[in-house]
Amino acid sequence: MKVSKLSLISIITFLTLTLVFSISNKAQDTSAVQSHAVEATTAEAGAEHVAAEPAHEEHAAGSEKLNAGKLIMEHIADSHGWHLWGHTSIPLPVIVYNAQRGLTMFSSARFEHGHKAYDGYLLNEAGKIEAVNEMGEVDAHTATVNEEISAATYDISITKNVCSIFITIAILLLVFTSVAKMYTNKRKGLAPTGLQNAVEPIIIFMRDDVIKASIGEKKYEKYVPYLLTLFFFIWINNLLGLIPIFPGGANVTGNISVALVLAVLTFIITVVSGNKYYWQHIFAMPGVPKGVLVLLTPIEILGMFLRPFVLMIRLFANIAAGHIIALSFFCLIFIFGQESLYGTGGGLGVSPLSLVFTVFMAMLELLVAFLQAYVFTLLSSVYIGAAVEEHHHDDHH
Amino acid sequence: MELVKPDFGLVFWMTISFLIVVFILRKFAWGPILTSLKERETSINDALNSAKKAKEEVANMKAENERILQEARNERDKMLKDARETKDAIVNEARTKAQVEGDRIVTIARETIQNEKLAAITELKNQVATLSIDIAEKVIRQQLAGDDKQKALVNDLLKDVKLN
Repeated sequence: MKVSKLSLISIITFLTLTLVFSISNKAQDTSAVQSHAVEATTAEAGAEHVAAEPAHEEHAAGSEKLNAGKLIMEHIADSHGWHLWGHTSIPLPVIVYNAQRGLTMFSSARFEHGHKAYDGYLLNEAGKIEAVNEMGEVDAHTATVNEEISAATYDISITKNVCSIFITIAILLLVFTSVAKMYTNKRKGLAPTGLQNAVEPIIIFMRDDVIKASIGEKKYEKYVPYLLTLFFFIWINNLLGLIPIFPGGANVTGNISVALVLAVLTFIITVVSGNKYYWQHIFAMPGVPKGVLVLLTPIEILGMFLRPFVLMIRLFANIAAGHIIALSFFCLIFIFGQESLYGTGGGLGVSPLSLVFTVFMAMLELLVAFLQAYVFTLLSSVYIGAAVEEHHHDDHH
Repeated sequence: MELVKPDFGLVFWMTISFLIVVFILRKFAWGPILTSLKERETSINDALNSAKKAKEEVANMKAENERILQEARNERDKMLKDARETKDAIVNEARTKAQVEGDRIVTIARETIQNEKLAAITELKNQVATLSIDIAEKVIRQQLAGDDKQKALVNDLLKDVKLN
């Protein structure tokens, strides 16, 4: 059931991407595209930016062309500002640390969307911060990048994703501390009400059917706080990512960094809580001849690292794919609406189909949002369970 | 590939904030929630167990009641049986006594009757004797005219008067 759903998503993603990229490449080959389609794109799809070709290229002034691939990738990636609509976006704080220059903090509005360098830093086209030789406020095009300082600069800005993480955390803290109060205050020992009713079945399901079932009756309690936080963090983030407008829409769990941190935490917990049986099974599997061990031990060691790696890739790929598909369907409207293709009529003609697909995908993503949170938590529990499992001498395989 | 390259800033903030959240939630949310869930489960289990125990007790009590009732019933039956036997015995005794008494009375009556009869016969004999003497006297008085007649008369008289 789960595997077929995932494979379905990946097939759809692949097909959509193929379609989108082939069409957008074709669009790139043809000449100018009407700018109104582009304006509509930014307004309707809630997307980040539209590739604005600089005026000094061969096209006539004011004409822009739609690059769906770039648009989608810009949305998927992190950003130093939170785009709201049209040309309005919330500037987020930039925090950069360099051993020579110290800690620098300023608003990302100072970059003026990459046109200005400020306080020795500029925002490049990939949305990354680079160090420049010129201090103070200068034009980004005239500034010279200092590669040496750039390499040693740590960008710990509060980006869109960090902001979204903070929003998720605020929701988590608000919901669960208020629910916890219901358990300890005057309603102690009474039947649950309101919000309590909403989260209690999920908590009990996770505790009994996922964590207790995977780790075992005796040792599960220690890991419950981490795994429950993990589950609700991923789930809320996934759901927020499905909302196209502020404060949702950020691709947090579909970002490799976030998935990496979660997978590494699971890995650290697994390794730290691994008992002698766990290590014995990795380095010297009992009941296996020495000759085979030479082959098996490297595989087991590799598997130890591979498990969290796959955990990371699964979450990242599923959520990122969801965002890509949703945006692709919207982009289809504007791709077909291009003058070079079918014009406005084409866009209008494709839009009902696109809408139906988007609604279908939204439903599927709602399921995937839960499923991925569940799978991540379940597999984390299973890995921790394997690490703390007590083996008896006779039931070795 | 920017997409699959981890970003230092995001990893930094994610690690810090996620760990803080885990610790805060563990202390202020999961701890209390899980503890009270466990407490509630224990109390529900206890309540169910005590209900079960109460049910068993009621069942035991019922059995006990049934037993007592049965005993009482048996006792009653036994008492009724005893009473019936006693009654029968009394009735039989009374009957026997009455029989004996009746027999006695009948015997006495019979003896009395016999005595009365004898007395009456004696009386009658005496009366007859007296009558006979009277008759004889009258006869003698009337028919003392001839010997034949006297003899015939005596024979006639003797024919008529026969002792029973």
